[in-house]
Amino acid sequence: MPLQSWLTRSRPQPGAPGLRALTVAVDQWRGIAQDIAAASGRLLALWASADAHAIPTIRAAFLAGPQGLLLSVPIMHPESPYPGIGDLFPASVRMQRAVADLTGLRSSDADTRPWLRHAAWPQHYRPLIDPPPQILNAQAMVDDYPFVRVEGEGVHEIAVGPVHAGIIEPGHFRFSVVGEKVLRLEERLAYVHKGIEERFTQLPILEAHRLAARVSGDSAVAFSWAYCQALEGITGNSIPPRAAWLRALYLELERVANHLGDLGALGNDAGFAFGLTQFSRLKEQILRVNDTALGARYLLDSVIPGGTQRDLARADAAALGQCLREIADEAQRLRIIYEEHEGVRDRFNGAGVVSPELATRLGLTGLAGRASAQAFDLRCDLPCEPYTQLSVQKITRSEGDVAARVAVRFDELQESCRLIQHILASLPDGPHRAPLDAPAAGVTGAGLIEGWRGPVCVALEAGPAGTIQRCHPHDPSWQNWPVLEHAVIGNIVPDFPLINKSFNLSYSGHDL
Amino acid sequence: MLKTLRQIASVGIVSECPPEPDAGFAVGDQLQEHIRAVLGRALCIRHIDAGSCNGCELEIHALNNPIYNLEGLGIRFVASPRHADLLLVTGPVSRHMEAALKRTYEATPDPKLVVAIGDCGCTGGVFGEGYASCGRVSNVIPVNVAVPGCPPSPGRILAGILTAISDSSKVRIASAEPA
Ligand code: SF4
Repeated sequence: MPLQSWLTRSRPQPGAPGLRALTVAVDQWRGIAQDIAAASGRLLALWASADAHAIPTIRAAFLAGPQGLLLSVPIMHPESPYPGIGDLFPASVRMQRAVADLTGLRSSDADTRPWLRHAAWPQHYRPLIDPPPQILNAQAMVDDYPFVRVEGEGVHEIAVGPVHAGIIEPGHFRFSVVGEKVLRLEERLAYVHKGIEERFTQLPILEAHRLAARVSGDSAVAFSWAYCQALEGITGNSIPPRAAWLRALYLELERVANHLGDLGALGNDAGFAFGLTQFSRLKEQILRVNDTALGARYLLDSVIPGGTQRDLARADAAALGQCLREIADEAQRLRIIYEEHEGVRDRFNGAGVVSPELATRLGLTGLAGRASAQAFDLRCDLPCEPYTQLSVQKITRSEGDVAARVAVRFDELQESCRLIQHILASLPDGPHRAPLDAPAAGVTGAGLIEGWRGPVCVALEAGPAGTIQRCHPHDPSWQNWPVLEHAVIGNIVPDFPLINKSFNLSYSGHDL
Repeated sequence: MLKTLRQIASVGIVSECPPEPDAGFAVGDQLQEHIRAVLGRALCIRHIDAGSCNGCELEIHALNNPIYNLEGLGIRFVASPRHADLLLVTGPVSRHMEAALKRTYEATPDPKLVVAIGDCGCTGGVFGEGYASCGRVSNVIPVNVAVPGCPPSPGRILAGILTAISDSSKVRIASAEPA
């Protein structure tokens, strides 16, 4: 069946604009997934809603043509595996493994190893369904994970992590190498799994935006906005125009700050410490003007249900505008220095290549996707207010190497600086927040926001009396971590930090 | 090259003075009046993310920018706990990091200091305790100083570090003489 006939059966989904919802039976699940794949659709997220009383349901969000589609698949026989879609959407494999770890629902796909679960809880314990156990392992344990082994003459393994040598998040990387050359990389994540999805169900729905902001601190605005968008969809309230514009201002500031940080770190990893010094100074300038103009260096509590925490005074807007003008100029100067620096060019060009074909097949998304010709950006494809009026320029490259991911950052940085000036000049007057109606139990809302790393999706189900039944926050790192394993093949081990940094994926946002 | 030099010259020196140690951060009441220890040799810090949202890491990174200029104060981050005087621990401790954190603590030579960073490190923060989270850092290893904030600013983190080393009982760590 063509995708269009599925879409005609769908109904509008509260939350992000352009989203539709459809419930299908489990025997239609692979059929519709095939039709979405055939129409070049993208998997945004896959999770499960399950509790002790309701029918467990697999849910997945797709970008399908000009629409977002939220699918629900009730699983009537949870004891037998539901059909997996790993062959159609490779990024789903780890998501399905995570579903199994948290709810006990298993897919029919071949890889049945745990993914989020290490040794902290026993296999039979289902964190999202079973009541909290009295005592979980009193002993800190390390488990034995079956990594895939590469056999062959001269092949040996290098294991790094979970604790790394720098100031970075923990994760484990297992390289199979010959000499210095990487034959295979296998990641093992979930060291910072904190039980965020269970935690959501313990918080009032009107306060849990604070937890959403802390799913991945570097994407706090994207996550808290997506959460609030879902919540405002549930209550059926729209936010005042000024609030939407202020949120976009915060989101673009978050993008600029992260791109500055990454551009400095990438220069440093290429042996050009000057870059780190310069870009970290620029980043500090933004954080300081954030602090004076917006009340915080990092905007973890700026987006709240119904609007924004604070308003923006005229003088503060002027200070922000001035700072961002300087940043745009300086970043442009530094870009020329990077481009003319032979050593930097040498390390960036041709490192960690993900071809457009591979990117399409694996579903590479967000910033890294755009560097491999995957022209998706929610700000253009499914724009919410005020992006409907901002005509964001979508930035893409096709080389798919470190240099391309650097170039996309430089271009997006300039574009965000332009957007910020535009937003500051056109901020509508009026209130910056509005009260919300009480969220009705049983209603689901979904938020979709293009964070600096890529599309962030938050699905929220309201429970009775202002509680949360289920909340799934999804970071684009889920899609991109598996692609990093491919990007390093054939590169030398010493280039791994640079390649890894060029993706700069979130551990916390993925591990949940 | 010329452009690089011109950029360096035009920016000049941007480093600022460090903050005072802050009595408010001490977990116990061991805080002495002054930082007695002059940082005669570099104070070596090992950072461990035990479950953070990565927000605290952003501010720890900022300590290395030219404005806070940590290295200029004689403090540097090291890659191994065996070379560390002080552990800077972020996050609520996830159960999956519990073993790694304990191992790192044990691998750090005595006397050692632990500074827990952020509301999460202090109390478990928004994540609390649960099937996958042990909560505050002191639930897992002993903590000398806890720095609240979400995330705490670089200035507060630095003040927390200075508070820890100004504790007289640990003064040997920061002194010029080998212990
Ligand atoms: S204190 Fe705040 S910024 Fe730091 S790890 Fe916890 S939630 Fe993140």
